[in-house]
Amino acid sequence: MDYVDRLENVTVLGAGGKMGSGILLLTAMEMANLSLMPENKHRKFVLNAIDVSDSALLSLMDFLQAQVVKAAEKKTVQLRQMYKDRKDLIENGDIIKQYVFDVIKLVRCSTRLEQSYDSSLIFEAILENPDLKVKILSQIKEKSSKTPWFFTNTSSIPIHELDENVKLDGRIVGFHFYNPPAVQKLVELISGSNTQEDLVQFALQYAKNLRKIIVHSNDVAGFIGNGHFMRDGLYGISEVERLSEQVGFAEAVYMINKVSQDYLIRPMGIFQLIDYVGIDVCQFIMSVMNSRLQSENIHSPLLDKLNEKDVKGGQFGDGSQKDGILKYEKGKPVGVYSVDKGEYIPISEFQEKCDAKLGALPKAALPWKAVIGNPDKKTILENHFAELNEMDNLGAKLAVEYGKRSKEIALKLVADKVARTEEDVNTVLLTGFYHAYGPINEYFI
Amino acid sequence: MRKLRKKLYMTAGFNTISLGTGRKEFHPKKPRPGLEHYIKEAGQGTLAQMNGAQHVDECVIGNFMAARFNKQANLPAFFPMIDEGLKWKPAVAVEGACASGGLALATGIKTVLAETADVVLAVGVEVQNTVKAIYGADILAGAGWFQERKTGHAYFFPGKFSDRAGVYFEKYGRDKARKAFARWYRNAVENARLCPTAQEYHNKVEDLEAMAMMEPNPKAFVDNLNVFDCSKVSDAASAIAIVSEQGLEKIGVAKKDAVEVVGLGQAEYDITIPPADLTRLETTELAVKRAFESAGISKDDLSTVECHDCFTVAGILGTEAIGFAKPGEGADFVSAGNTARGGKIPFNTTGGLIGWGHPTGGTGVHQAVTIWEQLTGKAGDAQIEINNNKPFGLSINMGGDDKTVVAIVYKKC
Ligand SMILES: NC(=O)c1ccc[n+]([C@@H]2O[C@H](COP(=O)([O-])OP(=O)(O)OC[C@H]3O[C@@H](n4cnc5c(N)ncnc54)[C@H](O)[C@@H]3O)[C@@H](O)[C@H]2O)c1
Repeated sequence: MDYVDRLENVTVLGAGGKMGSGILLLTAMEMANLSLMPENKHRKFVLNAIDVSDSALLSLMDFLQAQVVKAAEKKTVQLRQMYKDRKDLIENGDIIKQYVFDVIKLVRCSTRLEQSYDSSLIFEAILENPDLKVKILSQIKEKSSKTPWFFTNTSSIPIHELDENVKLDGRIVGFHFYNPPAVQKLVELISGSNTQEDLVQFALQYAKNLRKIIVHSNDVAGFIGNGHFMRDGLYGISEVERLSEQVGFAEAVYMINKVSQDYLIRPMGIFQLIDYVGIDVCQFIMSVMNSRLQSENIHSPLLDKLNEKDVKGGQFGDGSQKDGILKYEKGKPVGVYSVDKGEYIPISEFQEKCDAKLGALPKAALPWKAVIGNPDKKTILENHFAELNEMDNLGAKLAVEYGKRSKEIALKLVADKVARTEEDVNTVLLTGFYHAYGPINEYFI
Repeated sequence: MRKLRKKLYMTAGFNTISLGTGRKEFHPKKPRPGLEHYIKEAGQGTLAQMNGAQHVDECVIGNFMAARFNKQANLPAFFPMIDEGLKWKPAVAVEGACASGGLALATGIKTVLAETADVVLAVGVEVQNTVKAIYGADILAGAGWFQERKTGHAYFFPGKFSDRAGVYFEKYGRDKARKAFARWYRNAVENARLCPTAQEYHNKVEDLEAMAMMEPNPKAFVDNLNVFDCSKVSDAASAIAIVSEQGLEKIGVAKKDAVEVVGLGQAEYDITIPPADLTRLETTELAVKRAFESAGISKDDLSTVECHDCFTVAGILGTEAIGFAKPGEGADFVSAGNTARGGKIPFNTTGGLIGWGHPTGGTGVHQAVTIWEQLTGKAGDAQIEINNNKPFGLSINMGGDDKTVVAIVYKKC
């Protein structure tokens, strides 16, 4: 079975979800591109979009329509080439419409798993629940008319566990997109101990066609991205616990969030990032990691408490941020949740006092936005961190310790062979988390 | 062309802002004023300077593709909307792609010459931001031959002028041409910054030439041009009055506030036949020659030029077509600063199509308004010095790929 054979009949499980809808979109366009090549005229491409929720599937079609139109408008120059033999399609508008139809017509929505039984390739993006994943994959494996390959989007579950529990003989690979899949360039590719080489080769080809950047991660719970993020988050939480004895909890959250954003020139502070991903999601990933990694305690009682109080973060349907540890107005943090009081305390009440405690930012400091695409990024960062290391106010000191810890976490991922190289860890943070610099750097020694 | 058979003038020019990317007021996702708004604002702006609609004998409107951009035809019937006083008065709409505005002026001029009117209100309008650029490209492609659309580029006209640029590069050198393009862009924006209605009025970029040197990206756009080489997608209208000597008296405007129209040159080229030489604007050459003949002047009598720089390369070729530079030397002429506002012969003093904006069917009228402003000392911050020994201005308005061209010579009164 070659690359195109494999993509003739594909299923996305959880296609109505955040990740599933993006994976479905990218796969549908890749399949449509193949279907439009003259040599593939005789082939029949089918893409099954499976989800338990009808309403999620209906939204999926709206999403798909809007996104394919957008994509087609961007690549009309190429589309005109692809349709050059279609005499009836003359204007850009004609061509875009046809392409949208050619993508959407491949997609079959269903709430029934049976729909996947003729697929040679299954993308799995259902809930991050190991038992559920095992159950669904087993059922498909049992009933399938093919010998399908499984691509799982799991954020934390080791691939070899799924392989062993479903008895797939290595026909599974971790293909870990970042959210949202259509935009984020990074994919972590995770082979289990037993994963067949053909799957890996196919995955590399598929990623290349989707113009994704692949980083190989070893099959250790959390992989590289969450391996770094969860530990980085735990460090932030431990710093809050330490600091709150002197300044109070809400104040400490504000200060550490600010240090991890402004002093470290990151796109968001650590608590905003935890809210962005979702407190429940973080808690869950930590629990999966914790039960698989004996030597470490990856667990946060604070996140447990927040979850108990139903403070969860995550996003609304329109992509805007839900309140979590922080409360948001127009996407900006304006309050901090006090676990004791069960309410949000406005940041304005203590911001000035806390800023004074932290002290000034380095004079060379720029916001992340002004640095990330700046041609002089390297010099800006060198100056910023040289200054930061020399300063002795509280903010600078917390930041330097934070940077050192982040580097330590990254180096350990390499030492533990989760990542193949230091560069791979940096690539994940640069492309998956949009950091302006990799955690393994010369700034923190 | 023959000398014009009687004296006639233009006066009371008015431009709306040119709205589109670059203007602070422009938000692609927010509702915007429509066709009616622009026609009304420009028309009323001109009427206000000529004692209202009472003396207007006829009206003419130039527009290219409202039928597709705005799903609107029968534009002459918008004149009574501008002012009650225009109700029942004769009006006509003319179309010749991006030369529609120029054709409106030519039509008004001929009406006055034919003595069926003493006062003609001429309006040019286009409202193009109703669709995204990729669909706008389809609509604008109507300025070319539709039988070529299938084989043409997604961005049809940028594709056509990119081909011209490509041949120019080969024949005369890519580096010097690209540098001249960048210089053209810089001049355009620097001039636009002096004109509050210009689309690039708010442009604050420091090193314009460096930015404009960006390499073209054939995958997403065309082979030989980048976005800075292209005029913008614009919503705007312009209006001006075309009047006889008696007309000027009737509307109560002093001669010093008017320009005399002394030459007109028009030419057409077969839309189904590609240009013989891509490095020349042959139709433009001919129209300009006729305009000069009709006015009895030469290029050396000009103080300023408004040329049709829908693309930077068209600006460079324009300098050659008028005769300011020999074939292949337009690039050097422009790079040396000759067309800049302090240069030998200032071109496009309020930004031209690249800097002021290119509301396709309105552009010809906008050019006339700019020359009228310059020759009557009404150009505000954009004012250039007009040498009394060279009291003439020239406008060149081109439709399609050098297919329909209108050139007009104006004289300071
Ligand atoms: N959200 C992220 O940032 C992110 C990033 C990388 C990986 N992931 C991983 O991707 C997977 C999906 O996450 P998500 O954020 O898209 O979740 P989600 O809740 O948005 O989507 C899950 C979808 O699966 C559907 N579903 C649930 N049970 C199902 C079943 N039995 N059969 C078919 N469909 C079922 C749900 O209706 C829902 O539409 C998880 O494994 C998660 O760890 C998430």
